[in-house]
Amino acid sequence: MSTELETEKITPRVIHVIRQNSDKVFRGILIAGGLAAFVLLSGIFGFLATSAGPVLRAFGLSFFTGKTWYAGDGLLPSEGSIDPPTFGLAPMLWGSLLIAVIAVAIAIPMAIGIALAATYFLPKKIAFAFTVFVDLVAAIPSIVFGLWGFFVLMQHGALWAKWLNTHLGFIPFFKVEFEGFEQSPFMAGLVLAIMITPIIAAVSREIFASVPAELINGAQALGASRWTMIRNVVIPFSKSGITGGAMLGLGRALGETIAVFFVLQLFFDEINWIRILESTGGSVASLIVSRFGEAQPLEISALFGAGLALFLVTLAVNAVATAIVSSTNRAKK
Amino acid sequence: MGSEELEFVANLDNAMETKDINVWFGERQVLANVNLEFQTNTVTALIGPSGCGKSTFIRTLNRMHELIPSAKLAGRVMLDDEDIYAAHVDPVDIRLKVGMVFQKPNPFPSMSIGDNVLAGLKLAKRKVEDADFILEDSLRKAGLWDEVKDRLKTSAGSLSGGQQQRLCIARSLVLKPQVLLMDEPCSALDPGSTRRIEETIKELRESVTIVIVTHNMQQALRVSDYTAFFLSEEGHPGHVVEYGLTNDIFHEPKDQRTDDYVHGRFG
Amino acid sequence: MSKALSDTPTQPWKTVDPEFRKQQLITHLGTPVLALLFTVISPMAGFTGFCVTWFGFHVFAAALLAKYGKKPKSYANAFIEVFVGVTIFVFVAFVSTVLWPVISNGMAGVSHLNLLFQDAGKVGADASLDKGGFGHAIVGSALMIGLASLISVPIGILAALYVTEVRGKLTPFVRFFVQAMSGVPSIVAGLFIYSALIISGILQYSGFAGSLALSILMLPTVARTAEEILRLIPDDLRTAALALGGTQWRTVRMVVLPAAKSGLITSAILGIARVAGETAPLLLTAFGNNVLNVNPFSDSMAALPSYVFNQMLLGGDNDMARAWFATFVLLIAITILFTSARIVADRMKRN
Repeated sequence: MSTELETEKITPRVIHVIRQNSDKVFRGILIAGGLAAFVLLSGIFGFLATSAGPVLRAFGLSFFTGKTWYAGDGLLPSEGSIDPPTFGLAPMLWGSLLIAVIAVAIAIPMAIGIALAATYFLPKKIAFAFTVFVDLVAAIPSIVFGLWGFFVLMQHGALWAKWLNTHLGFIPFFKVEFEGFEQSPFMAGLVLAIMITPIIAAVSREIFASVPAELINGAQALGASRWTMIRNVVIPFSKSGITGGAMLGLGRALGETIAVFFVLQLFFDEINWIRILESTGGSVASLIVSRFGEAQPLEISALFGAGLALFLVTLAVNAVATAIVSSTNRAKK
Repeated sequence: MGSEELEFVANLDNAMETKDINVWFGERQVLANVNLEFQTNTVTALIGPSGCGKSTFIRTLNRMHELIPSAKLAGRVMLDDEDIYAAHVDPVDIRLKVGMVFQKPNPFPSMSIGDNVLAGLKLAKRKVEDADFILEDSLRKAGLWDEVKDRLKTSAGSLSGGQQQRLCIARSLVLKPQVLLMDEPCSALDPGSTRRIEETIKELRESVTIVIVTHNMQQALRVSDYTAFFLSEEGHPGHVVEYGLTNDIFHEPKDQRTDDYVHGRFG
Repeated sequence: MSKALSDTPTQPWKTVDPEFRKQQLITHLGTPVLALLFTVISPMAGFTGFCVTWFGFHVFAAALLAKYGKKPKSYANAFIEVFVGVTIFVFVAFVSTVLWPVISNGMAGVSHLNLLFQDAGKVGADASLDKGGFGHAIVGSALMIGLASLISVPIGILAALYVTEVRGKLTPFVRFFVQAMSGVPSIVAGLFIYSALIISGILQYSGFAGSLALSILMLPTVARTAEEILRLIPDDLRTAALALGGTQWRTVRMVVLPAAKSGLITSAILGIARVAGETAPLLLTAFGNNVLNVNPFSDSMAALPSYVFNQMLLGGDNDMARAWFATFVLLIAITILFTSARIVADRMKRN
């Protein structure tokens, strides 16, 4: 029988699937629903790019690299401007990045500690309650963090910043050119750090929980202490997942608007590269909210350009984060 | 397979017949040239070691096989003298004619016991006037009526595993299938429930053709009229080694491998 | 019922050495006392000073305990425990300072319940708390969130159903874009609606424009959580329904969706909780309003978060008191939403 099999090559037939009309309609609707996200994202890109058109045409690449944001009389030179505007987004783009990086740098250790606590250190019931609490913090609206930043953190934070500046001022990061510590990138980063810690913690916790029990049991059977187990089993296993979580946090921090608006002094003329304690900074999202109300048409167009840049940067960061998280999840399953 | 072996069935009615069934998952062939005939109102048991393709085979009989994305198939399955895989056939119609009971009892958790039994009518959008009669009739046939008649409105989750499985049998009977496929229906059940289900199978034979996959050879011996022995030998796809009356397969097998298997020397 | 004493089940591995307990107790109680003393005699002042010193002492004592205490461990082991403890402490301390002012300042508004029901129409800046309120913002928030849910919950569930039921070639594509969409900054959602609908003159500043912006932010949350929920529905049920001759549509409608009902409610609630506190997109779309407007299709509309934002910009003492109370109300609403979502989800997972 088996010899017979090898000699004649049988090929699979085509299976026709007849679908009833109700199923055709149903699947059509589901496909439409599935494509909604794609359509909306393309729509966002399309409309922002169109609305930003006038400014992008007038300023070209210098819109992204220019260092000055000045509304002037809102007319282009070709329209007979006496006080011509310039729109350069570089200080804002760099500022957004700077505060997001500060936030992530503070949030990562905190999130890892919280995730470790919930997975390995706290008793089960307390761990559960703590997890719910951390998730709830993720749901606190940004306006609350704005209030907190402005009324609570700023007074204390300014003292800490001053202390850092006095004692560690020789480090370039902690230098200031003028003594105003209240609305600095450091302050904004601190607010954002608390906001994104729950996000990174949630991703890390899921990754820690997915460390195969065999690996942990194996390590314990070899007499590993909690530290050696975490160091040699948990962290290597989770490294890329945590990176992905941190990127998600970075994306969130880049796009945050209201919380940053209250604790950051925007500086429209120069890039503040690294003086994180000084009250001069930039944030694309905060720029949009602060200028939108009083802007003339040309500046509105520039703000759309800013929104477009923000959209593309967060999209890229998120795409990388998603790719990392989902590829680690897949590898682990 | 020699034609003389099949002669004993030649003068009986065929409820269903498979012709050269070959099955692949992706590039891997798992079944080769399965030719079986199922006689009307008989019970046919499919036995064989794990991984020999019995469960895969049974799923080709009511077009459940194609729901697995990588699944492929060659050959024909004849029901009422028509190939169920013919281009104009709606798989939904086939599943109405060929019912199926699964390994794990799977009543619908969001429905009551009564609704579960009648779920098939709603899913198939069939209007009936005597729903109450059908409900009782199916539950009686499945041997569950006396146990649940007072709590038809309660959730199906409150039943024991064995009761749930009989509920699933009743659920398939509502649609009056010509053939009922059972994929190891007792493997998740305790011995008591298994016995009840076996009794149910024997009673059902009066009205429906049954094909049952089982790992339990004693069960095959107890409930079936015919038995097909499937085997997947090293590197080869599963195929039918021997097919015949259950008594012959168990007591006078023609093939040494069948003899070894039914006597527990492997598998 | 005769039971020998030795038969009583125990968990011997959980017994804690009383000596070790005592050492722990000394660490936990001793350090705050030390810190208090230190705060009194040293330049560190006030509550913050106390917390910082206590924290420092505690870290030190915990490290000592871990190394030389009754259950000695290696430095690394001691370090990781102290590290975990420190992170929990810092995080909880920060978050308490976030929540506490909202609660303490917000409670002050409880004696002025008119704030919940009146609008700000005839109230000037920094008016006494007995006049006016933010009832219009509560109504506006409810209307906009309700409309946003009507739009995004069905679409989100459809996207999730595509992934779990159709399982077509587009599945990775759909999941990727849903995930990517969840990263869209809220201000960008506002800009998009402003650009697509308001500049082009299709809509004015209105509650509907606001709810469209919120829908964009809500959709990915709903789609992702709904997908997770639908994945929990065992394939057995789908197979059973198909084997009974169900079409895909009837299988989903009669079996999958009813089984997932409570979970899908969770996904909707989580979506609502996600957008209830959004401010930035509303500033560009619903704009805000001082008086009650119940028609989402004409004229601008207030919402709780944007009301708070505008009060903060006014900045007077009474304006701020209103802002705190409104924030308090918002926070309570979000906590209730979030907790109920959690309870429903847990109940579903247990079944």
